[in-house]
Amino acid sequence: MSTTAEEGKQQKAFGWAATDQSGTLSPFNFSRRENGDEDVTLKILYCGVCHSDLHVLKNEWGFTSYPVVPGHEIVGVATKVGKNVTKFRVGDRVGVGVLVGSCKTCECCQQDLENYCPQIIFTFNSYNPDGTKTYGGYSDMIVVDQRYVLRFPDNLPLDAGAPLLCAGITVYSSMKYYGMTEAGKHLGVAGLGGLGHVAVKIAKAFGLKVTVISSSLDKESEAINRLGADSFLLSSDPAKMKSAIGSMDYILDTVSAAHPLLPLLSVLKVNGKLVTVGLPNKPLELPVFPLVFGRKLVGGSDVGGMKETQEMLDFCAKHNIAADIELIRIDEINTAMERLAKSDVRYRFVIDVGNSLSQ
Amino acid sequence: MTGLPEVHPNKAFGWAAIDTSGVLSPFKFSTRGTGEKDVAFKVLYCGICHSDLHMIKNDWGTSIYPLVPGHEVVGEVTEVGSKVQKFKVGDRVGVGCMVGSCHSCDNCTNNLENYCPKMIFTYGAKYYDGTVTYGGCSNTMVVDEHFVVGIPENLPLDAAAPLLCAGITVYSPLRFYGLDKPGLHVGVVGLGGLGHLAVKFAKAMGTKVTVISTSPSKQKEALENLGADSFLVSRVQDQLRAAIGTFDGIVTVSAQHPLLPLLGLLKSHGKLVVLGVPEKPLELPAFPLIQGRKLVGGSMIGGMKETQEMIDFAAEHGIKADTEVIAMDYVNAAMDRLLKGDVKYRFVIDTH
Repeated sequence: MSTTAEEGKQQKAFGWAATDQSGTLSPFNFSRRENGDEDVTLKILYCGVCHSDLHVLKNEWGFTSYPVVPGHEIVGVATKVGKNVTKFRVGDRVGVGVLVGSCKTCECCQQDLENYCPQIIFTFNSYNPDGTKTYGGYSDMIVVDQRYVLRFPDNLPLDAGAPLLCAGITVYSSMKYYGMTEAGKHLGVAGLGGLGHVAVKIAKAFGLKVTVISSSLDKESEAINRLGADSFLLSSDPAKMKSAIGSMDYILDTVSAAHPLLPLLSVLKVNGKLVTVGLPNKPLELPVFPLVFGRKLVGGSDVGGMKETQEMLDFCAKHNIAADIELIRIDEINTAMERLAKSDVRYRFVIDVGNSLSQ
Repeated sequence: MTGLPEVHPNKAFGWAAIDTSGVLSPFKFSTRGTGEKDVAFKVLYCGICHSDLHMIKNDWGTSIYPLVPGHEVVGEVTEVGSKVQKFKVGDRVGVGCMVGSCHSCDNCTNNLENYCPKMIFTYGAKYYDGTVTYGGCSNTMVVDEHFVVGIPENLPLDAAAPLLCAGITVYSPLRFYGLDKPGLHVGVVGLGGLGHLAVKFAKAMGTKVTVISTSPSKQKEALENLGADSFLVSRVQDQLRAAIGTFDGIVTVSAQHPLLPLLGLLKSHGKLVVLGVPEKPLELPAFPLIQGRKLVGGSMIGGMKETQEMIDFAAEHGIKADTEVIAMDYVNAAMDRLLKGDVKYRFVIDTH
């Protein structure tokens, strides 16, 4: 078991961390700040496993600072609130997503777009203003400024609701920003994983017609029978792709591997929009011809601000939307990561932190 | 002189390319009788667009020879059909890149004829009657009223001609992508036929305009003649670094500029509009797009309603293309110079 030297006027915390590029997680003692006037302390009950966790664990994006405790789909119970905290009380069901800090003064922060603040502090693998590292939700507790804490609606299950804090807001925010919520319009969801399956549910709640676009035929039955998609398009079948040309108003591209954009752009109608949220780490090939001749656009989007994240949680609670999860113990996390790398999960692992994390 | 057997009742004369050398020479053909919805006009000026150069040489593989190019055409009405309502004999009119569309699809009913799958190009295309369309490098044209725009009196015809393709091509995306609000910071990459008009339109819309170029040679032009607010040499690293995250939008006409530096120049929620079509796909790094919620979008000319709106806007704000007026028999020399970018900023043929 490893420890850090960052103790002192901080409080003890315990979690699982990776210490090198193998990405293997193991028990880890560290420290967090004491609960300040603006802070809420959470006892963590569940934490979703996002594919970004895996990328960071293995330093695939090149900016990992080890040791790293991942996890940014965190739900739990408030155990302490600072004296300036008005929105939360001890005992409240609360959540923390992808960010735990921002500058609070720039244009983005003032417009409730803290996620685009140039000084954003991520929930893990980031640095606080005092120079200490941030550690994520694969741990027993976390201390967060009230601005970055969400209220978890009563009828949203804590375990299946955890993935909404990254996957849910990523999908919801991108659809709202790009105007992809008009009832009756046709949305294609490319990729059926953590993001994709939540996208189908949220899109149906907006009244859209939804087609899942995937290269795996075995996802067709899932997509239509279990998730409620209206149809399925097999992207590896050229004839099917040809007949789908110009049929969709929007495409939400959740695929994280590098992939060609031209087939997807062809499926869009004129003025169609392709929004990529899958964070592929190699550049995509962008054919300009379909953009110019069809006035199409390719845009990106990245989680959402705090106000919108709360709005998304309330929307999901109202429409009974939660993720499809596989609950695991913390000591199963390394196996889960191996399976995640092969996309062998329907559709999000969630760590039962409250019942399985102990020293 | 080459000629065609006359399929239409009216004699016409122009200059046509007859093979992929793209060399233009005198050519006799014919135009249809003025139908009930048609406007016939004497062509006075015709702008030369870079697309003309691609078409005469069959760069895109779609050319039908003999090819009479020209889709920035202005002239004076000589006859109108019985059902024509908007124009009368003597009016100053213009025709751009389209002369027909289906009139029934979603695009057509939304004033987006330019995106109609059955849109008919002004030249080198098959018209409803199966005959080939001929463009404005000629003395006369007959066009359906729907695809004709009126040119206000205060716009000189020679300077108005390039607006019919270049003008609408830059005006439409400035409006569509919301880069037309006073105070926004807009960049223009590429200072040629399209780029110089992009600067003028963007300034008239009240935006702050920076011309982005790979060389400093056009700086004086951009600032003093075209009215740009500033000039950025994209090869100078210091200038590029200082400009990171300062643009609300960038319009790029250049087909080959790498996207990553341009994406870096955008603020979060910024928009990159591409108008030039390169031969190969571009490399699009997804991270900057996602982390800044930025977008890359395209655009192609504009619908007829918007084209008229653009002409009226240009007239109101005194926007004219910077042209070099030439005689028709100079056209081959002009095409050679255009290939080298040696024109400020549009050749316009005086066809009369």
